[in-house]
Amino acid sequence: MPQRTLEIDSVSKRFGDVVALDSVSFDVRPGELFGFVGSNGAGKTTAMRIVLGVVSADAGEVRFDGRPVTHEIRTRIGYMPEERGLYPKMKVLDQLVYLAQLHGMPPNEAHRNAETWIGRLGLTDRRADEVQKLSLGNQQRVQLAAALVHDPAVLVLDEPFSGLDPIAVDVMSDVLREQAASGVPVIFSSHQLELVERLCDRVGIIRSGRIVACDSVAELTSSAASQLVVSAPAAPPGWAAALPGVRVVSESGGSTVLELAPDADDQSVLAAALATGPVHEFTRRKASLSELFRTAVAEGAIR
Amino acid sequence: MTQPTDRRSVTPLTAVRLVALRELNTRLRTRGFVAGTLLILAVLVGYLALQASLFSDADRTTVGLTGQAAAIAEPLEQGARQLDEDIRTQRVPDVEAGREQVRAGELDVLVSGSPANLRALVKTELDPQVRALLSGISQQEVLDAKLIEAGLDPAEVMSEVNSVRVQVSTLETPDPERGQRLVVALVMLGLLYMSITTYGSLVAQGIVEEKASRVVEILLSTVRPWHLLLGKVIGLGLVGLVQLAVLGVSGLVMATSTGVLTISGVATQTLLWGLLWYLLGFFLYATVFAGAGSLVSRQEDMQAVLTPVTIVLLVGFLAGFAVIQEPEGTAAVVLSMIPFLAPILMPGRIAAGAAGWLEIALSLALTVAAIAVLTWLGARVYRAAVLRTGSRIRLRDALRG
Ligand SMILES: Nc1ncnc2c1ncn2[C@@H]1O[C@H](COP(=O)(O)OP(=O)(O)O)[C@@H](O)[C@H]1O
Ligand SMILES: [Mg+2]
Repeated sequence: MPQRTLEIDSVSKRFGDVVALDSVSFDVRPGELFGFVGSNGAGKTTAMRIVLGVVSADAGEVRFDGRPVTHEIRTRIGYMPEERGLYPKMKVLDQLVYLAQLHGMPPNEAHRNAETWIGRLGLTDRRADEVQKLSLGNQQRVQLAAALVHDPAVLVLDEPFSGLDPIAVDVMSDVLREQAASGVPVIFSSHQLELVERLCDRVGIIRSGRIVACDSVAELTSSAASQLVVSAPAAPPGWAAALPGVRVVSESGGSTVLELAPDADDQSVLAAALATGPVHEFTRRKASLSELFRTAVAEGAIR
Repeated sequence: MTQPTDRRSVTPLTAVRLVALRELNTRLRTRGFVAGTLLILAVLVGYLALQASLFSDADRTTVGLTGQAAAIAEPLEQGARQLDEDIRTQRVPDVEAGREQVRAGELDVLVSGSPANLRALVKTELDPQVRALLSGISQQEVLDAKLIEAGLDPAEVMSEVNSVRVQVSTLETPDPERGQRLVVALVMLGLLYMSITTYGSLVAQGIVEEKASRVVEILLSTVRPWHLLLGKVIGLGLVGLVQLAVLGVSGLVMATSTGVLTISGVATQTLLWGLLWYLLGFFLYATVFAGAGSLVSRQEDMQAVLTPVTIVLLVGFLAGFAVIQEPEGTAAVVLSMIPFLAPILMPGRIAAGAAGWLEIALSLALTVAAIAVLTWLGARVYRAAVLRTGSRIRLRDALRG
C-alpha cells in the first residue's frame, strides 16, 4: 500500500434494522480522484461520516498512511458534509480563520490561507459579509473553502457538485484535480455520472451498503457488455433476436441497438445484418459509466 | 499551499480555548450585549434611587403649626427625638393656608388651637405616634396648670416623674444596617436569577443554532463533542461574568457615592460572593441547558425543552423574596442547601448576615457535587443528541446513548 493512502477496511454499520454498510472495503490512493457513486440510501454518506468519526462504525477500521485514523489524523482531513452548514451570522473571513484554527493551524497561517482561498474562489468582495447574506452559490464556495482552508492531507467531499451552477462545477473540478495532483487522496460522492467518468481515476459503486464495483473507469467499462448500433433499413423486425450472445436493446426505423456479451462475436452480427440487405452503419460503442451503473444497481454484481 | 503539514494537532486546551474565544468575540461585540447591559443598569439605578427616596422621605412627618400652637414646636421636636421619630415643624401663617398645604401634600399635619386644646388637621389619618405626641403635649399643659393650682412646682414634679424609667436589657444587639443589607440582598438575588437564566438560555440557543445550521457536523469532524460543549459553556459563562461584574461594580459605586449605601464593605463582600455563586450556578445549569437544547433542531422547539429548567430557576427566585425577609428561618436554611436553589438563595442570606460559615461551606460542597453530576449527565445527553437532526429527541433515548 503506497504511503498516505486512505483505506476503508471491512467497515459495517447498522441503524436499528437498517444495514447501512455491510463490510465495505476500498482505498483512495494519494494523488487520485476517487468517485463514490450509488443510489440514494446506498450508504455513501454513512461511509464518509465514519471516516470523519462523526458516526462510529460497528466493525471494521479506517486507516490513513497505514495507521488507524485517530482524532489527531481527522483534524487533517478536509470535509464537506452532505448537509452543508456554516455559522449563518459569522463573517466569511472570520469563519474560515476559525475553522482553520480548529483544524490546528496557527493564527497567521490560518489568516493567510483563508485569504488565499477567498481570493481563488472569487469571494474577495464578500469576505466581510455574514454567510447568511451570501447567495447560495457563494455559500457553496465558502463551504468548499472551509474544507480546504487548513491544507488537508485527505479530502472527503459528500456530493460537492450538487446544486452548483455550471461555472461553479468547473471551479470545483479544477480545485479537486489540482488537490489530487498535489498528492492528496480525494474522495467525493456524486450523482452526476458523466462528471465522475470525466474526472475520476477510479470509481467505487455502492449498492445497499455493499461495494459492487471498484476500479478505474476504463477497466470497469471494458469488462462490461458493449453495445452495437446497426443501421440496416431493409432488415425485417426481429432479425437479430436469435443471434447468440446478443440482446436487442431497441429497434426503430431500421436502426437497431444491440447489447453484446463480452465473448460474443461481432463479425457474425455483421454477417447477419448484411444478409438482410445494405448496412449503412455498424458501430461498436463502449458502455458509459451511467449504463454500467444502471446494470450494477439493477443486477447487484457485475464481476 | 496544498502540501500537508505533517506534525500538527489541536490539543484539547487549544480546542476549548478557540471555541470559548469565538463565543466571547461574537457575544461581547454585539450591540445587544451593550444595550442589554445599559438597560439593566438603568433599571438598577432606578431601583436604588427609589430606595434612596424611601429611606430619606418615607418616615419623615412635616407638621405645620399655626397661631398659639407655634409654642409646641420645641416640645414636639424633643418628644420626637426621644421616640426616634423624624418630625419637622414649620410655621404656617393661618389655618386656611395650612389647609391648602395639607391638601397639596406639602404638610402631613396642620396643628392649630392652644397648647392645652390642640386641633390637628390631616389628609386622611393621623400617624399614631404623632397623635400620641400631640396628646402628650396637651396633657402636659393641663397637668402643669393643675399642679400650679395645687401649689406644686411643675418642673420639680416632672423631673421626678421623668427620672423613673423602665430597665431594658437586650438579648441581641440591634443591627442598624438591616435595611441596607436587605436592599443589597435583593439586588443580588435579582442579578443572579437574571444572569443564570439569560446565559444558560444562551448556551442552549447556541447549541440549537449550530444544529439548525448544521455547522455542528464540520465542527465535530475536528473537535470532540465534550470540548465543543466545554468551550461554549466557558465562553458564555465569562460573558455573563463580565456583565455581572460591570453591573455590580457600577451599581456599587453609584449607590455608595449617592449615599444610598453606607455599608460599602458589606456590599463589596456580597458582590464578590455573588460573582462566585454566579459561576457555580451558571456551571450547574449550563450543561442542563446544553443537554436540553441539544434535544431539538429548531429554534421554534427550544422553548418547550427549556421551560422545565427555567421554572426551577424561577421558583428559586420567588423563594428568594421569602428567604431574604427571614434569612435565619429554618425554611431559608433548608432551601439554601438545595444545590439547584443555593446559587440564587445563598448570596442573599450571606448579604443579610444570616449564613454561618459552616452553612456556606456545606452548600458550596453540595453545589459543587451537583455540578459534577449534572455536567456528566448533560454532556452525555449532548453527545448522544447533538448530531441527530430532525424531530425532537426524547430524553430517555438520549440518555441511553
Ligand atoms: N442517523 C441515521 N439513523 C438511521 N438511519 C440512518 C441514519 N443515517 C443513515 N441511515 C440509513 O442508512 C442508509 C444509508 O444512508 P446514507 O449513508 O445517507 O446513504 P447515501 O448517502 O448513499 O444516500 C439509509 O437507509 C438511511 O436511511
Ligand atoms: Mg448521502
